[in-house]
Amino acid sequence: MESELRKQILRHIENHGRVDLGELAILLGTDEVAVANEMAEMEKEKIICGYLTLIDWYKAGEELVTALIEVRVTPQRNEGFDRIAERIYKYSEVNSVYLISGAYDLLVTIEGKSLLEISQFVSDKLSPIDEVVGTATHFILKKYKDHGITMGEKSKSERMLVTP
Amino acid sequence: MRNPLSEKIVQVEPSGIRKFFDVANEMKDAISLGVGEPDFDTPWRIREEGIYSLERGRTFYTSNAGLQELKDEICKYINRKVHVAYDSKHETIVTVGGSEAIDIAFRAMLDPGDEVLIPQPSYVSYVPCAFMADGVPVPVELKAENDFKLTVKALEAVTTPKAKILVMPFPNNPTGAIMTKEDLEPIVEFVLEHDLFVLSDEIYSELSYQGEHVSIASFPGMKERTLLINGFSKGFAMTGWRLGYVCGPQIIVEQMLKMHQFAIMCAPTNSQYAAVEGLRHCEDEVVKMRDAYNKRRRFLMHEFQRMGIECFEPFGAFYVFPSIREFGMKSEEFATRLLMEEKVAVVPGTAFGACGEGFLRISYAYSLEDLKEALGRLETFINRLRAEKTS
Repeated sequence: MESELRKQILRHIENHGRVDLGELAILLGTDEVAVANEMAEMEKEKIICGYLTLIDWYKAGEELVTALIEVRVTPQRNEGFDRIAERIYKYSEVNSVYLISGAYDLLVTIEGKSLLEISQFVSDKLSPIDEVVGTATHFILKKYKDHGITMGEKSKSERMLVTP
Repeated sequence: MRNPLSEKIVQVEPSGIRKFFDVANEMKDAISLGVGEPDFDTPWRIREEGIYSLERGRTFYTSNAGLQELKDEICKYINRKVHVAYDSKHETIVTVGGSEAIDIAFRAMLDPGDEVLIPQPSYVSYVPCAFMADGVPVPVELKAENDFKLTVKALEAVTTPKAKILVMPFPNNPTGAIMTKEDLEPIVEFVLEHDLFVLSDEIYSELSYQGEHVSIASFPGMKERTLLINGFSKGFAMTGWRLGYVCGPQIIVEQMLKMHQFAIMCAPTNSQYAAVEGLRHCEDEVVKMRDAYNKRRRFLMHEFQRMGIECFEPFGAFYVFPSIREFGMKSEEFATRLLMEEKVAVVPGTAFGACGEGFLRISYAYSLEDLKEALGRLETFINRLRAEKTS
C-alpha cells in the first residue's frame, strides 16, 4: 500500500509539479501526513530529485538559446565515460548530460543568452578537454513539446454545455 | 391536410435535458457541470488511425455487423475485462453508439404489452425506446439510502408476469452507482426465477473506481439471457465517433442485425478502424483517464462534505448525485436558479426519472480548475439559500 501511494504521488507530481499537500491527499484519498511523510522520504532517497517549473521563456520575453551538443570522447581506463561526463556536467551552464548509444557518446544540452555564448562555451571549455574527440552543436529553433507538455495555446473546448 | 404525425411518437416527451440545454447555451458566460461526455480528447493514437484510414481511402461500407477485425478485438476485450466469451461472428454487432443498440434490442425483443423494468434514475433513452418498441416501461425506483443500487425488494414491488426485460444501467448515469458481484447475486436469482432477459448497459464499465467492473452476463446461466451493450464513448473518450456494440445470444442478435441492416447499414467505417487501434494499444490511456476522474471524484466528495451537502459516495461513471432536499426546492427550480444567479449549469435529477426529484446530477468530466471555479459559485449560491431560509 505504501509503495502504491508512492507511485500515485510520483505519477501526480510528475505532471503537476509541487502541489498543495492537503489537496493532493484529498485527490489520492489519503491523509496529508501520509503524503508529507512519503514525499520527505522520497526526497531523502533521491527518488524525487528536485522540483522544476516549465517556462516558455520566449513568451516571457527572454532571449534564450538552447543547444544540443553531440560529443565524441575517448573513454578512460577504469573510469569509462563517467569521469569525462562529470567534467562536463559540473559546468553550471550545462543542463543535462546523457550517455548515448550510436554514432556519438555524450549528449549535452546547454542554455545560453546567445549563439555566441554557447559557441564560446563549446570552443573554450568543451572541445579542449583531452578526451573529447569531436563535437557537433545543434541549436533548437522551436520547442513544440517539452517534458510531456505541449507549448503554445490551449484550444478552447467545443463541448456543448449540457448533454445526457 | 391530414395529420402527418404518428400518435405514438407525438406522445413521447422530449428529453428533459434538452430543455435545460437550450437555456444554458444561450447564456454567455455560463460554466457547466452538466455534460455527459469526457473532457479528454480521444487519445491521439486513435485519432491518428482514423485520419490514416481516411488517407488510405477506407471510405466504403463495412459489412453490416461491422469489421470482423474490430469484432474480434471487441470479443477479446470483453473476455479480458468481464470474462464472458462471445463468438465474434454470430454474437456481436458494431452499432452507432450504445444508444442504437438499446433501440434495436427493445425492438427485437418486445411485443405489445411486454413490460420493461427500468431502474431509475437512469439514462434518458430507455423509457422512450421501450415505448417506441411497443413495450410498457415500468420504472423501478432506486433509493439514496441504498446508494442507488438495485435491490430485489425494489424489483418485487413492480414486477408482474408481463415483465420481460430488465435494464441494468450500471455504472449508472446519473447517480454514479455501481453493482458489485455481491450486489448482483440476488438480482441474478430474481432474473432466473422470473425468466427475465437482461439488457445490461455497461457503457461506463471502464469508469469503475472500486475494483473491476462486474458484468451480470458473467454469472452462470446469464449469458444466454443477457444483451451486453458497451461502446467507446466514455472509456475511450470517443463520443463523437458514434461507436458502440452489443454482444448476446445469436438468436436475439440476428434479429437485431436486421434492423441495423435496414435502418443504419453499418457503423462509420472510419470510426471502426480507429477503434481497433484503441482496443489494441490504448489501455494505458484509459487507465490514465480513469485515474484523473477518480481524483476529481474524491475532490468533489470532499468539497460537498465541507459545504455540508448531502451526497452518497458514488464509485462509477463521472457523476455525483447530491441531494438538495434541505433547501425545500424542486430540482428544476434549484437548477434554474443556480443557472440564472450564478451561471452554473447542472442537470436536475428529474431529467432521469420522477424519483430523481430532490437531486442534481453533477458531472466531473472537467479539469480540476474548472471544478474549483464551478464549486465556488455553487457554494455562494447555497450559502445564499441557507441565509434566505434562516432570515
